[in-house]
Amino acid sequence: MAAASVSGAAAVLEVAGLTKRFGHVRALRGVDFALGLGESLAVFGPNGAGKTTLLRILAGLLKPDGGAVRFGGELLVRGNAAHRRRVGLISHHSLLYDGLTAAENLVFYGRLYSVAEPRAAAERALAGVGLAARASDLVGTFSRGMVQRLAIARALLHDPDVMLLDEPFSGLDQGAAATLRELLGRLRAERRTMVLVTHNIDEGLELATHVAIQVAGRFVSLGSRDGDLAAYRARYAEATARDV
Amino acid sequence: MTAIPSAERSLRRSGLWMGIALVLMAGVYVRALAFTPEEATQGLAQKIFYVHAPSAWVAFLAFGIVGVCSALYLFLKDPRLDLFAASAAEVGTVFTMTVLVTGPIWGKTIWGAWWTWDARLTLTLFLWFIYLAYLVLRTAVEEPGRRARYSAVLGILGALLVPFIHVSVYLFRTLHPMPVVLRPGRPELPGSMLITLLSAFTVFTLFFIALLARRYAWARLVDARAQGEAERADTSR
Amino acid sequence: MSSLLAQAWAIAAKDLLLEFRSRTAFLSALVFTALVLAIFNFARDPTAVSAVDLAPGILWITFTFAGMLGLNRAFGLERENHAMDGLLLSPASRTALYVGKTIANLAFVGAVEAIALPLFALFFDVPLWPVLGPLVLVIALATLGFVAVGTLMSSMAVNTRFAELMLPVLLLPFLVTPIIGAVQTTARILTHRPFVELVPWLKLLTAYDITFVVLCTLIFEFTLEE
Repeated sequence: MAAASVSGAAAVLEVAGLTKRFGHVRALRGVDFALGLGESLAVFGPNGAGKTTLLRILAGLLKPDGGAVRFGGELLVRGNAAHRRRVGLISHHSLLYDGLTAAENLVFYGRLYSVAEPRAAAERALAGVGLAARASDLVGTFSRGMVQRLAIARALLHDPDVMLLDEPFSGLDQGAAATLRELLGRLRAERRTMVLVTHNIDEGLELATHVAIQVAGRFVSLGSRDGDLAAYRARYAEATARDV
Repeated sequence: MTAIPSAERSLRRSGLWMGIALVLMAGVYVRALAFTPEEATQGLAQKIFYVHAPSAWVAFLAFGIVGVCSALYLFLKDPRLDLFAASAAEVGTVFTMTVLVTGPIWGKTIWGAWWTWDARLTLTLFLWFIYLAYLVLRTAVEEPGRRARYSAVLGILGALLVPFIHVSVYLFRTLHPMPVVLRPGRPELPGSMLITLLSAFTVFTLFFIALLARRYAWARLVDARAQGEAERADTSR
Repeated sequence: MSSLLAQAWAIAAKDLLLEFRSRTAFLSALVFTALVLAIFNFARDPTAVSAVDLAPGILWITFTFAGMLGLNRAFGLERENHAMDGLLLSPASRTALYVGKTIANLAFVGAVEAIALPLFALFFDVPLWPVLGPLVLVIALATLGFVAVGTLMSSMAVNTRFAELMLPVLLLPFLVTPIIGAVQTTARILTHRPFVELVPWLKLLTAYDITFVVLCTLIFEFTLEE
């Protein structure tokens, strides 16, 4: 499916013709989309569709075989530290150290991102996710929901242009999921550009301004989200049934 | 899909070269055994030298190839370089083991002891360990891209390690007979033995090249078949 | 450049803080060292062979195996919660990651050696005090090479199925030069040989260190990219 820009606004994130293979397996066969300021894309798809691969390329963790990724018009170049400064990733793994306190984790990441005054930034970030009281507690003592909140604080610490979310709701109970939804809603209100990847269609639709369905390495559907959720569910079910 | 027939052709061609090399080897060793004089002090045992020395040359040559292909792979990322390096490593390991077997046999006969930590043999022993590390590493990594990268890193490091081990062992101890051919001045070997030796070197090198080509052709065939299968699985989605 | 060192230092400090909190790896390495030294005592006949003859070999075998226990720790601790992704996501250069991990490993192995050395002197009744200066220099030289290559190898080994077995298989061939150099110099230092006898070995150790520290630093990023 050839898709051009998602909207008319200037592109914060632009992806063109992205391909990636692992050995003989083609994980991505040409992905195109563009997002403007404050727009968020939810990518749905069955397991093995290549959603995580797409996200990891956007995060700078993988290099694509072909195609280009542009942030605010600047081309992502191999090993580009400037690119990595512009993205934040929230995954279903916390990327945190259980043996360090919440504050120590954030200060460490602050140092890696060359954040000015990492300690102060860490305090602000903790307050922002409601964990200020637990700043000196080891992350190993945190509940799953608290870990996820801390992970969001970590991802936001360097004020990235683009937030990437890889199955963020997986493993969360009702309460934790509600808190996460609230936090993400706040991000959306702050007009942050986001790309969310999930196989759970309900969670993603709330946050997204645009929706894509990815199957077998490419987008089979891409467009802005309108009010008719049932139509999306039907399209998604059809797309995944075809894949089986 | 065109990769498979081309790989099969390479396999057949290399089989032919191997046949030729084997015939030439047989010729050289007939000469070595029947038509070359016996060495005065060592007697019949010295004839192992015509297998031992060329094997050593090939063993180290093969690792040089591994090192060069590894370096090229890290720059060019061509998976064929990885396949070639891996083929060279396998073939090189076999020749290294030949050295490690013929050496002690020769040593037992002329020095009375199977293993004497002679500098050259010790270096070859460590070359063998490096080869084994390379091969074991390859079996321990599933994903082909990562396997290629890790092998290449080890290949480069290993190639640079060899001179250091040589100096280390040499500083430590030397027992090996002086190099008979490469001494400055005239070589010690009388003419007839020298010709046999040089012929052995040449033929062994040819055999090595043919064996390497065959192993590489086989690796390419396996890879081409795997790719064909992956493509078939792909298009059915 | 200064940001590279700052990032490397942040990574090393984080590693050392984590290790200091849990202490598991460090204590295990210490206990292992003490046990190995004690077992060596029973592995020789004290009337037949004097301690000073065997001492250098015993010391360096102990250092090597205790050191290898600690090396996998560096990248092993990044597997928890996929923390490695966090490091790779950050703008920190891959070289800073290698330097940071190597510094942390040097501190770890150095601490183990610092405790093992007096223990060794005690168990084998070897007078180290008069030759402590040159001895520490040699230990530092050999350890640097060992840790530099070991850190690189462990970054690969931790991603294989049997990391604890894979690391020695990959690393031990590379330890031939540091160990031969270290044992030969240690033996000559303990028997108060003239300095000129140490020179070829010191040159070898230094050349090895320079070559492999530079090479490993440059090549490390290739063990990471995908």
